[in-house]
Amino acid sequence: MSDVILQMENIDKSYDGKAILKDFNLEIGRNEFVTLLGPSGCGKSTILRIIGGFVNPDNGRVLFEGEDITHLPPEKRNVNTVFQKYSLFPHMNVAENIAFGLKLKKKSSAYIKDKIKYALKLVNLEGYEGRDTLSLSGGQQQRIAIARAIVNEPQVLLLDEPLGALDLKLRHEMQRELIKIKKEVGITFLYVTHDQEEALMMSDRIIVMNKGIIQQAGDSKSIYDEPQNAFVADFIGESNIIDGIMVKDLLVRIQGVDFACVDTGFGENNPVDVIIRPEDLEIVEADKGYLKGQVISVIFKGAYYEIKVKVDDYEWMIQSVNPAPVGDMVGLTIIPDNIQIMHKPVRADEEVAHDE
Amino acid sequence: MKRLKDILSGIYIGFIALILYAPILVLIVLSFNDSRSRVTWGGFTLNWYVTLFSNKQILEALVTTVILALASSAVAVLVGVPGALGIHAMSKKKYKAFMTLTNIPMLNADIVTGIALMLWLVHFIPLGFGSVLLAHITFNIPYVILSVMPRIQQMNVSVYEATRDLGAGPVYSFFKVLLPEIMPGIISGFFMAFTMSMDDFVITYFTKGAGVNTLSTLIYGQIRKGIKPEMYALSTLIFIFVSLILTAFNVFSEKRKAKTLKEYENY
Repeated sequence: MSDVILQMENIDKSYDGKAILKDFNLEIGRNEFVTLLGPSGCGKSTILRIIGGFVNPDNGRVLFEGEDITHLPPEKRNVNTVFQKYSLFPHMNVAENIAFGLKLKKKSSAYIKDKIKYALKLVNLEGYEGRDTLSLSGGQQQRIAIARAIVNEPQVLLLDEPLGALDLKLRHEMQRELIKIKKEVGITFLYVTHDQEEALMMSDRIIVMNKGIIQQAGDSKSIYDEPQNAFVADFIGESNIIDGIMVKDLLVRIQGVDFACVDTGFGENNPVDVIIRPEDLEIVEADKGYLKGQVISVIFKGAYYEIKVKVDDYEWMIQSVNPAPVGDMVGLTIIPDNIQIMHKPVRADEEVAHDE
Repeated sequence: MKRLKDILSGIYIGFIALILYAPILVLIVLSFNDSRSRVTWGGFTLNWYVTLFSNKQILEALVTTVILALASSAVAVLVGVPGALGIHAMSKKKYKAFMTLTNIPMLNADIVTGIALMLWLVHFIPLGFGSVLLAHITFNIPYVILSVMPRIQQMNVSVYEATRDLGAGPVYSFFKVLLPEIMPGIISGFFMAFTMSMDDFVITYFTKGAGVNTLSTLIYGQIRKGIKPEMYALSTLIFIFVSLILTAFNVFSEKRKAKTLKEYENY
C-alpha cells in the first residue's frame, strides 16, 4: 500500500483489567473499503471508537495522513461515524440533522441547501427534507445518518454495524446501496460487522479478528478459500474441520485414508487441521468414494440440502442440491484443490469460537 | 348483567370520590357562606375573599410562598440536572448507591428532615427566609433528579457522540442536543418541586424562625387563635391552584407518553 491514510500503531486497550486490544496494528489505504469482521467482544468496535476519538488507547498511536491524532477530541478529526442505530437528533427534522455539521463549520445557507439535496439524492430519499426523524423507518433513519456524515466530506467514513438493526431483506438492499455510495463519493470506508456475508459482499479487504488479535487479512476470496486457522474457517462460512496427518507434501491422511492435496511445507507426518467446505464434498455410491459412511440427517434449506454423513465418529456436513435417503450408506469424494490444510492452533484466539 | 356491573362500579368510584373530596367540598362551600357558623347556610357571599385580599399579612405570606416555590425549584433544577447526568455516568454499583441516597430524603419523615435541617442550618445562618429557601432546595433536589433520570436513560449515547463526531464541542453539544432531549424531564421535575414546596408545612415550620410565614405556617398560626372564615377562602384558593398545576403536569406527561409511544412504534 503506497497511499496510507490511516495507521494504528501498537494499540493497547483494556477495560477493568480485561485486555480488549493487544499490540494492535492496522494500515488503511486511501479509498479502500476495509471491513473489520469478528464476533462480539473481539475489539472491532473499540478500534472504530479509538479512530473516532471516543476512546483513548492505553498505549500506541493513531496516525491520520502521517499526523498523530491519538489525543485529538472527536470534533477535531477529519473522520465521521455512522453509528449502530438511532443516533439522529430526535428534536430536529431531516434537513436540520443533515445540516448539523455544516452549520458548525459556518457554511453558507445556499451551500448547505445544495449539500442536503445532494446527500438525500445519494441515499435515495429525495424530498424528505422536512420530515420528522421519528416518522422514519429504521432503514430510512440509517440512510439519513449516512447522509448526515457524508455531507461533511470526511476522508474516512467509519461505519459501526450500521445495518445491524435492520431485517434481512432491507439489509441486502442497503449493502448494495452502500457499495454504490462508496463508489460515488470516493472516500475510505472502514466498516465493522459480525455478519460474514455482509463483509464478503462489500469489502475490498477483510480483517478477521478474534480476542483483540487479527487472525487474517485479505480480500473476500482469499479469506473464504484459504482460511489460515480454524477460527477463520469456522467463522467465515460453514466448514468441516477435522484432524489430519500431513504424510508428506501434497498428501494428507484423513480418517485413515490418504488424500492428494495441493499444500506443501507442513513437514512429514505432522498433525494438522484439515478444512473442507460443505459444498465441496460430493456424495457418490458407497464404494466409489474415498470415505464411506451413513446418512444420518437431511435438512432442506431452500437452495440446497444440508446432509450429515457419519464416517467413523466424525459427522461430515455436506451441502448438495440432491437429497440422499437417511440411513443409506454413501461414499464421499473431494478434489485436491478443495482440501485446505492448516497448522494446529497455538493460541486460544486461533481456535474455533465457542459460545460463552 | 353488564349494566349491573357498571352501576356497582359507578357506586364504588363515587363512594371513594366522596370520601376523598367531600371534606374539601364542605370547605369550598363554607368559603362562600354568609355566616360565621359552620353548620348553617346564610346565603352566598364573596366577602371572605374580599377580607382575605385586604389582609396584608396573608398577601405577604402568599408572595413569600410563591417566591420560595419558584426559587427553590429553579435552584433544585440547576443542582439536580447536572447531578443526574453525573450519577448516570457512574458505574452500575455507584449508580445504585447514589440513587438510593437520593430516594431516602423523600421517604424520610418530614419532621426528621425538618428538625435536622434546622439544627444544621442554624450553625451557619440565622433562621429566616434564607434558611427556609435552603431547606426547600434540599428536599426538592431528589424530585428533580428522579424525574430527569428516566429521560437521560432513554437517550441513546450515540446521539451525544454523533454531535461530537459532526464537529460540536462538549458545551455546544450539551445545549443544542442533550438539553432539549431531557427538557421534558426537567419541566416535570420543576413542576413537581414547585408543588412540593407549596405544599410543605413541617419542614418550613422548623426552619423559618420568627417573622417569616408561608401560607401554610400562617394558616396554622391563625387557627390557634380560632378559625376565621377567610381561611376557608384561602384554603380553597390553594386547593384550586395546586389542582391546576397538577392537571397541567398530568396533561403534559400524558402528551409525552403518547410521543414516547410513537417513538417505540418506529423501532
